Amino acid sequence: MYQLLKQIATVGIKTEAPPAAEEAMRELSQRLREDILGLFAGSLAIRHVDAGSCNGCELEIHMLNNPYYNIEGLGIKLVASPRHADLLLVTGPVSRNMEIALKRTYDAVPDPKLVVAVGDCGCSGGIFGESYASRGRVSNVIPVDVAVPGCPPTPVALMQGILTAISLNGRRDG
Amino acid sequence: MAFDSLPLNLTKLQGAVPVWRAVAAPADLPGLCQAVKNQGGRLVALWGTDERDRGQGYALQLALAKPEGMLWLRADLPAGAPRYPDVSTIFYPAGRMQRAARDLLGIDADAADRRPWLRHTAWPDTEYPLRRDVAAAAVFDQCRDDYAFVSVIGDGVHEIPVGPVHAGTIEPGHFRFSIVGEKVLRLEERLGYTHKGVDKLFQGMPFAAGAALAGRVSGDSSVAYAWAYCMALESIAGVVPPARALWLRALLLERERIANHLGDLGYLGNDGGLAFGLAQFMRLKEDVLRMNAKLFGHRYLMDRIIPGGVACDLERAAMNAIGDECNLLEREVRLLKDIYDDHSGLQDRFLTCGRLTPGTAEKLGVIGLAGRASSQAWDLRAQARPAPYDLLETRMKTHKNGDVAARVNLRFEEIFESLRLARAVIERIAPGEIAAPLPAVPAGGLGLGWAEGWRGESVVALEAGQDGRIRSCHAHDPSWQNWPALAFAVFNNIVPDFPLINKSFNLSYSGCDL
Repeated sequence: MYQLLKQIATVGIKTEAPPAAEEAMRELSQRLREDILGLFAGSLAIRHVDAGSCNGCELEIHMLNNPYYNIEGLGIKLVASPRHADLLLVTGPVSRNMEIALKRTYDAVPDPKLVVAVGDCGCSGGIFGESYASRGRVSNVIPVDVAVPGCPPTPVALMQGILTAISLNGRRDG
Repeated sequence: MAFDSLPLNLTKLQGAVPVWRAVAAPADLPGLCQAVKNQGGRLVALWGTDERDRGQGYALQLALAKPEGMLWLRADLPAGAPRYPDVSTIFYPAGRMQRAARDLLGIDADAADRRPWLRHTAWPDTEYPLRRDVAAAAVFDQCRDDYAFVSVIGDGVHEIPVGPVHAGTIEPGHFRFSIVGEKVLRLEERLGYTHKGVDKLFQGMPFAAGAALAGRVSGDSSVAYAWAYCMALESIAGVVPPARALWLRALLLERERIANHLGDLGYLGNDGGLAFGLAQFMRLKEDVLRMNAKLFGHRYLMDRIIPGGVACDLERAAMNAIGDECNLLEREVRLLKDIYDDHSGLQDRFLTCGRLTPGTAEKLGVIGLAGRASSQAWDLRAQARPAPYDLLETRMKTHKNGDVAARVNLRFEEIFESLRLARAVIERIAPGEIAAPLPAVPAGGLGLGWAEGWRGESVVALEAGQDGRIRSCHAHDPSWQNWPALAFAVFNNIVPDFPLINKSFNLSYSGCDL
């Protein structure tokens, strides 16, 4: 237990709110926090759906929760059920084998709901495109509010995508 | 020679790993498979190709391995009734591969399990999308899905269906638990949800684009697949990448292993109730990813391995930075290992949980990390040793307990070994070219690539077509072998331990859904 506590104390807080070097990121965090406070009463619940991805985008979504990006600290939580979610984060070209599951997950999210399509595949079908097995981009299957390109998109790009989706919602409601 | 006792005409393929080609009659397959098994060999992959455009029928392809190398067998099947004898009674993992080959190509093993595997609702059972006369863009009406799960009957037995959309941020698949109380009597897996038609996409693709696609068969093993693909292509082209490129490839592969093991150790701590572990290991993983982005230009090292060599070079300063990073990681991970080892609550969750005995692992043909945690001593880096591993003397680690604790400990040990290898690469690498030009590749040329990724072996079998394009290509993930083992490991454990056991295997969905 001593080692564990010592390690926590030694490592300290790694969450980034750095000055010059990562200025863009710091601003993003602040704006994100304000928007979430304003629109979602301080809490945004996200449900992730892998609709056929290669698992690359999932790796970066995992990293959103590491101490550097710490999205839970911003009031964003990845939740276990679409019924608990405000926003769907959808990766992959939509495989035909996942098409029904994706539609049902979308239907299970209560209104008003937001959808962020993640990665080159989610945006355009990417390297997999459309075929006998793939429906291609996410918007071919469910309505998409924001698409975040990248193979895979970085955690910062993902945070920007989420922010953009929330702002869209503000405009739509306003 | 590894396979010279078999009644076959063996042709050795040139290339980085020892591979022999042979043609066998379909009826001889069970005998040959049994002979390979009796000699300590195993089935790596089974798939099919359509050769009707050459005036032939279909070809069943098998890759069989012994520690010394690989046997790539082809059995020609008639176009009219393409059937072959079931080999899943000899090699357990063949079952799902045979079902997948039937779904895609209509070639049929005379096996007891007649259920589809990759085919869900996207195409009917009268269509076979991998056949060359089916257009890649062909679209079929959604069909009815009436997959027959095995049901367990008895007093108090009930089912928990899970997925395809899981509760965590993971890939999609369906798990059907039959349980009594909280004890798991049976786990049946149904996969194939992320089937993207990868084999079909490869057909006709230019060689360079093929490397990018191979790197996206399973995103967490991008380096392993890209290397296996390039190894296959270079074997056909008769090109040996420059020494510096090979050293850099090994460095990339070990960094991929380190990053994935760090992430898994974090999640395993978290699933065992120690959130501290997740925060600490994900911090270290992020540091590695940032170093990847800075030095190699991509956090997950995608598209860094290209046909003929690598796409990125390192300056001396960057080598030094990697050396410092290795030392720092070694220190930090040793400290965290002490904390994990001393944490009685965590060890209580790890020890004896999800046990896969060496005997079961051997029967199931389990390989890679999960295999080594159950005494299955297969590690390409220490056995066939493709360059530059022939100069590195990788120390393979194995455990015999086969529980979550063994898979956790193995990850720690493999991180330390990978750090040692990374340091050795930095010490030994000499200045030079980082890529060799790829000459025209002869149509009909065959090559097989084999790389020991963090999860296990990635294998790519490639046949060159006309004009610098792929005729056919098949990528094989070690998860084909290891998914069935998860169902055995979880037997008699309680449902709440499933996430921990599952994470300790951390198998790929996309890699074997293709």
